[in-house]
Amino acid sequence: MSAQGISFDQVKVGDKLPELAIPVTVELVVASAIATRDFFPGHHDLQAAQQLGSKHIFMNILTTNGLVERYVGAWAGAEALIASVKIRLGAPNYPGDCMTMQGEVSEKDAAAQALTVSLRGVNSMGDHVSGTVKLLFAQGALA
Amino acid sequence: MSELQSNWLDEAKALIGHEYGKVYAWDAVNQPMIRQWCEALGVDNPLYLDGETAQQRFGAHVAPPTMLQAWVLAGIKGLYPPGSATDNPYEVLQLIERHGYASVVAVNSEQEYFRYLKEGDRLSFTSMIESVSEEKTTGLGTGFFVTQLLSFYDQHDAKVGQMRFRLFKFRPASAKPAAEKPSRPMPGISDDNRFFWDGLKARKLLIQRCTACGTLRNPPGPACPACHSLLSDSIEASGRGRIYSYTVVHYPTLPGVPAANPVGLIELEEGVRLVAGLVGVAADAVRIGSEVSLEFLECANELTLPVFRPLGGAA
Repeated sequence: MSAQGISFDQVKVGDKLPELAIPVTVELVVASAIATRDFFPGHHDLQAAQQLGSKHIFMNILTTNGLVERYVGAWAGAEALIASVKIRLGAPNYPGDCMTMQGEVSEKDAAAQALTVSLRGVNSMGDHVSGTVKLLFAQGALA
Repeated sequence: MSELQSNWLDEAKALIGHEYGKVYAWDAVNQPMIRQWCEALGVDNPLYLDGETAQQRFGAHVAPPTMLQAWVLAGIKGLYPPGSATDNPYEVLQLIERHGYASVVAVNSEQEYFRYLKEGDRLSFTSMIESVSEEKTTGLGTGFFVTQLLSFYDQHDAKVGQMRFRLFKFRPASAKPAAEKPSRPMPGISDDNRFFWDGLKARKLLIQRCTACGTLRNPPGPACPACHSLLSDSIEASGRGRIYSYTVVHYPTLPGVPAANPVGLIELEEGVRLVAGLVGVAADAVRIGSEVSLEFLECANELTLPVFRPLGGAA
């Protein structure tokens, strides 16, 4: 990530975040499911996933949340704190696909030193995720 | 909505607002699990990794906010730590499922964080059903949106975050009411009669026709009984006929077939006869001469059989 991140004062509503392509691999799906302590078989066991009617193991929601944090956090920098992640879930993320993250600044509250980023993660089937992340830049926030 | 549905739906809605929990986290917030989470997800924010950035800002290591729920999940064995409540926060989903809505998909997740979690924090959570929608039909199927609110607390019972989670509990659009296909013995299928069985799969009752003299015959065979020609094709039966004769089979019994099983010798209006099951009629009500119409019985093993239903009134 950029060591500096963005400058809150210079950010404008409508600013676009750089796109980020995240290849969806078996390693990512399994390692992240375990790292988020989600041991549901559909996230690591191919046969179990197929019995559920899925073509492959599929990414768990807590990983999607984390990748949203990764995408916005890498743009905003370590000074930005996260107040909320509100997402809508869509097409599953299967290994072999690629999720491209896109986002833009949709709200800016200078007094509260708060930004809202609207984003989506698109794979070959459509939106895997869409939603908003609220960022706080104020010293002492969320402590 | 039927009266029957409104009864159990009222039961489901009565669970709205009931609080379940508390359930405790197995592990205190800790740096090794944070580091492994960052490694797996590809997060390289120095706030979580270098120690100094978080120390300056929070006076301790801090956890990524989106790890919130990971701290309190049950884990591999599906068990919560001792002291956790054992009430069942999923009873509303199970109630809906029992009424035919077996599938589930997560729709929304809304996490809000009231403070960053620090190394050593011990979390617990409670959950509550916030709403159950009326029955809705979406592209996926028909069912109910259920919204659950999870509240997360620290070791001082201060609320540190919350998560609103919306699910759609539904019956898939493609799912037919689960009628098991009946099992029937497989017929002997050869090159001489394959067209007949293939025709049934396509929901056609085919009658073999001699291409030399035009005589129809059933059951299918290699040679025409009238002119001995080996050449034949087939025509599709209209499906109308009458009961020429019948019997009631009591033994042997077949799974899924009535113990008194009426079987007809049906004379089709084209003039040939065939043996087939009779449906929609009790064994003691079958009458010779009754008009019947053809139906197809789809069986397991991709077998389709012709059956005949007596038409009302004819005797």
